[in-house]
Amino acid sequence: MEPSQTGGEAPPALRMRGIRKSFPGVLALDGVDLEVRAGEVHVLLGENGAGKSTLMKILSGALRSDSGTIELAGRGVAIAGPAHAQALGIRIIYQELNLVPQLSAAENIFLGCEPTRGFGVVDRARLEREAGEKLAALGVRVDPVRPVQELGIAQQQMVEVAKALHGEARVLIMDEPTSALTESEIEVLFAAIQSLTARGVAIVYISHRLEEVERIGTRVSVLRDGRHVATHRVGELSLAELVRLMANRELKEHFPKRRVARGEELLRVEGLRGGILQDVAFSVHRGEVVALAGLLGAGRTEVARAITGADPPQAGRVSVHGRELALRAPRDAIRRGMGFLPEDRKTQGLVLERSVAENLALPSAPRLSRFGWMKRAAERALAAAAVADLRIKTPSLEQKVVLLSGGNQQKVVLGKWLAADVDLLVIDEPTRGIDVAAKVEIYEEMNRLTAKGAGILMVSSELLEVLGMSDRILVMRQGRIVAELDARGATQEQVLRAALGQAA
Amino acid sequence: MSAARWLAHQGRQVGTLAGLVLLSGLLSILSPHFLSVSNLLNVLEQTAINAVIAVGMTFVIVSGGIDLSVGSIVAFSGVLLASALQAGLPVPLAVAAGLAAGALCGLLNGLLVTRGRLPPFIATLGMMSVARGMALVFTEGRPVSGFEAGFRSLATGRVLGVPTPVLAAALVYVAAHLLLTRTRFGRYVYAIGGNEEATRLSGVAVRFHKTMVYVLCGATSAIAAVLLTARLNSAQPIAGIMYELDAIAATVIGGTSLLGGSGSLGGTLVGALIMGVLRNGLNLLGVSSFLQQIVIGVVIIVAVLVDSMLKRPGR
Repeated sequence: MEPSQTGGEAPPALRMRGIRKSFPGVLALDGVDLEVRAGEVHVLLGENGAGKSTLMKILSGALRSDSGTIELAGRGVAIAGPAHAQALGIRIIYQELNLVPQLSAAENIFLGCEPTRGFGVVDRARLEREAGEKLAALGVRVDPVRPVQELGIAQQQMVEVAKALHGEARVLIMDEPTSALTESEIEVLFAAIQSLTARGVAIVYISHRLEEVERIGTRVSVLRDGRHVATHRVGELSLAELVRLMANRELKEHFPKRRVARGEELLRVEGLRGGILQDVAFSVHRGEVVALAGLLGAGRTEVARAITGADPPQAGRVSVHGRELALRAPRDAIRRGMGFLPEDRKTQGLVLERSVAENLALPSAPRLSRFGWMKRAAERALAAAAVADLRIKTPSLEQKVVLLSGGNQQKVVLGKWLAADVDLLVIDEPTRGIDVAAKVEIYEEMNRLTAKGAGILMVSSELLEVLGMSDRILVMRQGRIVAELDARGATQEQVLRAALGQAA
Repeated sequence: MSAARWLAHQGRQVGTLAGLVLLSGLLSILSPHFLSVSNLLNVLEQTAINAVIAVGMTFVIVSGGIDLSVGSIVAFSGVLLASALQAGLPVPLAVAAGLAAGALCGLLNGLLVTRGRLPPFIATLGMMSVARGMALVFTEGRPVSGFEAGFRSLATGRVLGVPTPVLAAALVYVAAHLLLTRTRFGRYVYAIGGNEEATRLSGVAVRFHKTMVYVLCGATSAIAAVLLTARLNSAQPIAGIMYELDAIAATVIGGTSLLGGSGSLGGTLVGALIMGVLRNGLNLLGVSSFLQQIVIGVVIIVAVLVDSMLKRPGR
């Protein structure tokens, strides 16, 4: 553990000790310590799922820890909720901005605590003057009367910062503040951050951009597997050493991966563009699982949605079995044997209020009907077979899917595509939010599929899952594939380094 | 499926049915005329039109939409049909023209919703006004009256003692029930209403099927227009005002969720019957039509309130 060499000085602005938090089936934080001093920019690093956002949610009152203590300037506090955290001087700026686009910068800054002239009449002159002062104090030029929707992203972010600094802000948490900014906008933000630290605000800065650690950070802490791994002054460690600290997660689960001989090419993607995607090209062969790895926002889900027709790509060629697809809608891909398990099964994968049987049969309905009439016996047989094959735990085929557990729901989504006889599956987060036993069953099913000659493209935020369940790993960063690794020889560090843009 | 499981599965419909039976029992005690065969046939005949409109409404609501234009479509296809008859077109052709007019209005609704991406409330609110206006322009605001006996028999005839409108409504219900429960189209309607995005990602042509739902709703409104025109021996450009509300009421009393994804035509039929029985009973009891409105409003609210209270806990 990092020795806290405060040596008789004032206590740190923030001290979190032994913070534990578990969610059903997952220990998200396992006794994390974190100390942030007034006037420093404390960079928090960690891989997807390391526990950064859970820790910050606890600090900002959005979640309650199971155990552990929090001190602000040496005084112990029990944070009761977001409003309480705010009253204590803890502010958080999320990655997505939370502004009302139609309101002016000034109105947004004072939203909910407008200065009034009595009887609820807003004192507009004072509102605009004070908002202008706050923005000027951050060293930015933003017209306080303009609607924020007319401002650039960086300016909007400044409005968000000004809003967060209401009253006495002691700790400001910034979650990936630069992810949507251009280089010159980042300069503006960093200048504002420096003016804040000069005023003694303690800043917790979460970022995936390692180069920013050296530019803006004072100290850096690394989280891994819900534990605090190290805290160092910036400059004490090289970026490579930081990456090493973030990687090397413990292999807690056993991945039942079985490798089979790679067969002919099933899917070929060339020159895929649109949104953040830039010239993405890759292929998937029979019998292999290709993993798309990368940080959140790297473009993995966008690739999955583009090639399956969920969001047809602006440009690029997608060929299945050597024939190019005309992708306008998901059915164009499905007709050629491609199934898609979307990222969020509840909003994209299932019709929750309908039965297990109806959900399982949905993509196969054309095959299960003649002249528009459902062949009900065939429909039931198909559903019963899927329930048996995947060991879906349900009291009956008529059970509403909403009443099943997360793991069984995921099996229903998988079952839809097995029943539809696809030989190419695109799976976005195959095991998100499901218990360990169901995870293993999903993995086993992936094995069975590849053994039968299917190909799988797996998008996953779980580094261990990527390494444990794939044959080839494609690492994405900022809309491009930046590395291709053989899963057998690959290490966590290699994948992470590519995802973070740190060339080997 | 065991009887108990069937009951549990059909719980909501059984509840509505029990409400209908209870209401009828109460009215038969309060009024000696209520249970007479002629009065009951009268109730069915009066309910037929709303019940038929509610069929299309059920499809639309199950798919997650709403159709406010049904009453205006009744008027528009009614006057079109009437003018066709008076122009000397044979009955089948004139009826076909009326049905086509209703389906076309529905098609426009559907295209506005799926291609124009308008909220169904807005698209059909517009159509409500447009169709009404077209009916008025077409007739210069005057009713079109007086048809040959052959056409009138569509409303006045009896088959084995059953009034033809009742028979027509029954046929519509059987066909629509099969469509909703036994066909691919029906499956898709439920799935789209339950989760449109998941349905699209499962390869369903969501826009096409949604459009067809509105076409169907326009068509059933036109069927109702045929029955209404034949019964009144007149087509009025101001016919069908507020019919959309009766149809929506029958649908929701019948247990179809306005959120989409669930509901049944059996429920809607019972819902329409509850409204019909209630109106008839209140008339028999001499309750003023002003007071009737209040009672019907309360019944709608209570039915949906009980429904949502039963659904909330423990699930």
